[in-house]
Amino acid sequence: MIEFLRQPWPWYVAGPLIGLIVPLLLIAGGKMFGVSANLRHACAACVPGDIEFFKYDWKKSGKWNLVFVVGTISGGFIGGWLLNNPDPINISAQTIADLKALGISDFSGMLPSDVFNWENVASIQGIILMVVGGFLVGFGARYAGGCTSGHAISGLADLQLASLLAVIGFFAGGLFITYVIYPFIF
Amino acid sequence: MKNYIKYLLAGIFFGIVLIKSEVVSWFRIQEMFRFDSFHMYGIIGLGVVVAMISIQIIKRKNIKDMEGNAITIPPKDPKQVTRYIVGGTLFGFGWALTGACPGPLFTLAGAGYSIIIVPILSALVGTWVYGKLRPSLPH
Repeated sequence: MIEFLRQPWPWYVAGPLIGLIVPLLLIAGGKMFGVSANLRHACAACVPGDIEFFKYDWKKSGKWNLVFVVGTISGGFIGGWLLNNPDPINISAQTIADLKALGISDFSGMLPSDVFNWENVASIQGIILMVVGGFLVGFGARYAGGCTSGHAISGLADLQLASLLAVIGFFAGGLFITYVIYPFIF
Repeated sequence: MKNYIKYLLAGIFFGIVLIKSEVVSWFRIQEMFRFDSFHMYGIIGLGVVVAMISIQIIKRKNIKDMEGNAITIPPKDPKQVTRYIVGGTLFGFGWALTGACPGPLFTLAGAGYSIIIVPILSALVGTWVYGKLRPSLPH
């Protein structure tokens, strides 16, 4: 059983399982699946300042979601340690060739250790990928009113036009970085 | 706290699926933006289809939640266009740079990738700065 679970799960198993989280949370308590709202709840809880956007009852509206994220972190621990797949990820040969051309050499984990390491945090490359990248994830998600879970899964599934616009933005932004910016930062 | 255990379990389930499906992999995100594999598109696509069918069943059968309340999904404001296009594009920049969106960021932290704390903290700063600038941003 453990051996079976340790294998990577194919997209046609993982996709429906992720989709099922939407009705699971709706039925559990009428909650809408969306992870990035927790970044707002964390700000509201810790450093609200005198900012209107953070003046709300985060415990009432966000406690369930913060608990959900604690679960997600725990799930990462279970999946990453107990059910860890020891083999490198089966990435397409074309992507590997493209990334090798950019100078990536370690394909063993979930992140390329050539780039995502503590020594690299203070380099220009590290600052752009980790610090600026993280900042834009937080800033963009709140500006757009949701991230991949809130818009690309929940919002599209509820046929919200706003979410379709956001998802078009997600991909336009991602493609721009991948094709135009990556050659300059590697 | 008893009422929250279901959310904890749902979160654990989500984290395990994200790891086992390799959605948390920086390489899988690169592969997606380079259109070299169907993997991520299959996951997001099937996720949307399953969630869509589920929402339709919930709405048509007027299913109530476990606390006995009617389930309502608040619509996003469709009159706001700028925020979705501009905010979405900025998020896309971040998604491709870090190779992770918020769910995977937290999952990777649990899986022991300590370096991911850097983009998580930056994302919190980004969220805070958005809150600060919100009154002067076009939505």
